[in-house]
Amino acid sequence: MEFALTKEQEMVRNTIREFAEKEIGPIAAEIDETSEFPVETVKKLGELGFMGMTVPKEYGGAGLDDISYVISIEEISRVCASHGVTVSVNNSLVCWPILKFGTEEQKEKYLKPLASGQKLGCFGLTEPSAGTDAGSQTMVAEKKGDNYIINCNKIFITNGEKADVAIIFAMTDKSKGTRGISTFIIEKEFPGFSIGTVEKKMGIRGSCTAELVFEDMEVPAENLLGQENKGFKIAMATLDGGRIGISAQALGIAQAAFEASLKYAKEREQFGKPISKFQAIQWFLSDMATEIDAARLLVYRAAFNKWQGKSYTVPAAMAKFFASDVAMKATRNAIQIHGGYGFTKDYPVERFYRDAKITEIYEGTTEVQKMVISGNLLK
Amino acid sequence: MNIIVCIKQVPDTTDVKIDPKTGTLIREGVPSIVNPDDKHAIEEALTLREKFGGKVTALSMGPPQAEDALREASAMGVDEMILLCDRAFAGADTWATSYALGEAVKKLGYDLVICGREAIDGDTAQIGPQMAEHLGVPQITYVRKVEVGDGKILCERALEDGYERIEANLPALITVIADLNKPRYPSVRGIVEAYREKEVKTWTAEDICADETCIGLDGSPTEVKKTFAPEPKGEGEVLEGGTTEVCQQLVAKLKDKNVLR
Repeated sequence: MEFALTKEQEMVRNTIREFAEKEIGPIAAEIDETSEFPVETVKKLGELGFMGMTVPKEYGGAGLDDISYVISIEEISRVCASHGVTVSVNNSLVCWPILKFGTEEQKEKYLKPLASGQKLGCFGLTEPSAGTDAGSQTMVAEKKGDNYIINCNKIFITNGEKADVAIIFAMTDKSKGTRGISTFIIEKEFPGFSIGTVEKKMGIRGSCTAELVFEDMEVPAENLLGQENKGFKIAMATLDGGRIGISAQALGIAQAAFEASLKYAKEREQFGKPISKFQAIQWFLSDMATEIDAARLLVYRAAFNKWQGKSYTVPAAMAKFFASDVAMKATRNAIQIHGGYGFTKDYPVERFYRDAKITEIYEGTTEVQKMVISGNLLK
Repeated sequence: MNIIVCIKQVPDTTDVKIDPKTGTLIREGVPSIVNPDDKHAIEEALTLREKFGGKVTALSMGPPQAEDALREASAMGVDEMILLCDRAFAGADTWATSYALGEAVKKLGYDLVICGREAIDGDTAQIGPQMAEHLGVPQITYVRKVEVGDGKILCERALEDGYERIEANLPALITVIADLNKPRYPSVRGIVEAYREKEVKTWTAEDICADETCIGLDGSPTEVKKTFAPEPKGEGEVLEGGTTEVCQQLVAKLKDKNVLR
């Protein structure tokens, strides 16, 4: 058993850490405040190959392994969780299903520009009445000649407003329930497509979360991803990988909270000495360091399994459930260590706290992760 | 245009620790990086290649692990990587090092050699200028701007209170400073290629036909009397409060120190 990173993985970490600290760090608080999507830095990340990391070279990616991928999401999120989710979604919820289920033509047309960062993608599964119960889709795709006509809305779609390409799910056979769902690749230019409400959020405010509106939108039949009526499986398989990305995001947020706390505890003096000399603070720090390390092992293990072609559904669910919980605890205690200062925007820990919460919710809530884990234990 | 960039792998710290017995740097436990000034040298070489075409070769001398620095240069975009690595080079001072690098440069053939101004571990800034002497080509140091054309190079050479514009015929050697450019980040694909597809060539003393008396400890006229880490400066102090309040505090402190009377 080997716990060391390869030289290649180390260089990925050093590179993305330097990029995140120098290029993203200076705007992280600002985009949280203004909710402005960071077009420039996302473009630069694309140019450097971070938008399609594990996609093979022939399809515009870098051909990296999944550990390097989670290291990158971790390092980006350590500086800015908004950038973290933007990159994670494009990699694991958009590039991956096209790579896995797409035709050669679809890979050529969509995967190449998405993986090389020329285009941005989003993933539309959630509907107003289909959240955790993702199977109860009301969106309908009706076949008419060589096209499908799609109606209905998708909500809470990360990257929604800024995306050029979307992977969406719709019922092609209502009578079959989850076995009647199909997946489509759509372009923002398709007639009948528009952006609805752009959400105002508590955290990850520099990422864009929007409603996708479909009014008699025509999709050419060749844009069907995978087989007709097999979409639910595609959705679930894609989310298994997506969860690894989100667990890495949670890990990065937790790490940031820990580092800020460690620094502050050494600097802040009360009762004539740094607060790091008090056991209450020492225990906070020990808990954080240990839990973050445990989370990291789970996250890297899930990524390792995926890279090795082993089953990763349960490891991914465990990683996301655990890492998001660790992120919540670490950010909460980071504010506690900072005291009143931590509650102000003069310190970054309040942003980490707000950003951490969503990691327990999106791409499957913590409760869904537990359903996945227990479902496997009890089958 | 054929450009050679000389780079050095250095410990990632300005807090260099020295073994008091041997007077050499302690490298254990300190992560290694490409010397910061050398990244500006790499960037300039890549920019010139983009403009004029040609080839960029990264050259380093050091132990086998210095290969990682060359791979980073490769991930940034250099075409070839050469590491001078041989026990015979061990113990070299800047004179013997610049001789060995110079011999390698001669073997490679070049229009321009670019070095960083100095390495953060040794702080000598001697390698570039000494190499130019070994090679017998013009040198321009402390370069902050570069133009190339008609077989000539025109540089702005930074001085403490201004700059000089210096023109030289190619081939030439320049040493560059951080003001020159902003080094690019390695791309993800570059990293993959650097580790999976590209090869670091290792050259021994024999490969560069080095004169044995000019390399390693034997070729090093420098005798180190003492190596030490500079005394840390006193801690800075941040004055807080309104403008008037801060100014009053500042004046009081300057009076205390007898700067103001």
